[in-house]
Amino acid sequence: MAELNINERQAGDVTVLDMSGKITIGEGSVALRTAVRRLLEEGKKRILLNLAQVSYIDSSGIGELVSSYTAINKEGGQLKLLNLTQKLQDLLTITKLLTVFDVYESEPDALNSYK
Amino acid sequence: MTAETTELSLPSRIDTVATAAAAVAEFLSRSGITEDAAFGIDMAVREAVTNAVIHGNQQNENKTVDVTLKSSPDAVEISVHDQGAGFNPEDVPDPTAEENILKASGRGIFFMRSFMDEVNWLIRPGGGTTVRMLKRR
Repeated sequence: MAELNINERQAGDVTVLDMSGKITIGEGSVALRTAVRRLLEEGKKRILLNLAQVSYIDSSGIGELVSSYTAINKEGGQLKLLNLTQKLQDLLTITKLLTVFDVYESEPDALNSYK
Repeated sequence: MTAETTELSLPSRIDTVATAAAAVAEFLSRSGITEDAAFGIDMAVREAVTNAVIHGNQQNENKTVDVTLKSSPDAVEISVHDQGAGFNPEDVPDPTAEENILKASGRGIFFMRSFMDEVNWLIRPGGGTTVRMLKRR
């Protein structure tokens, strides 16, 4: 089983990536980077990461979230986060990244925010 | 609670991070540490081993990463030793400074310091770097 599984679905013009597993150095971080870069190449610039099933993230994974955010912004798109676990929320708080990312607890609220 | 020491010598590969984390989890399960503390120790160990593999030994498989785990009634102490050239921890920029927040890397040492009670480095010229991390009970 892969370290990180990513399921892609479309909700209007927003691409939702339902992620489960670990975003850690090596396979997990690379999987996230590959998925986001591919969406940008396909012109999909409104991206919502559903992190409810992400059990673990390290500094490399946090770095990949930041890289994805800046790459998408650079293309005029928007990256938002959905369903952070308490641990991930704590990590984003201490790194001061919670103020950078647009974070939602409800998918309808997240999708409406792109309009 | 009795004192216990475990030593590991691991190859300088990315998958060593998961191997070390699994060994630490097993060690901590015997040490009676709280779940919250175990989460932080796990995080710190992964970051320390990642640094040793990538920055210290530069993924040279001829060099090992040596991990020592010590449990005592007062604390859990973890040392990670690499064979790299060493660095000055004071030179590592603060990842929470405004100009660094959107950088893709540079948070590993910050996490180690956040989750452990003590983190210090012993750097021997030509002899590698040892990071020693302590979590009090």
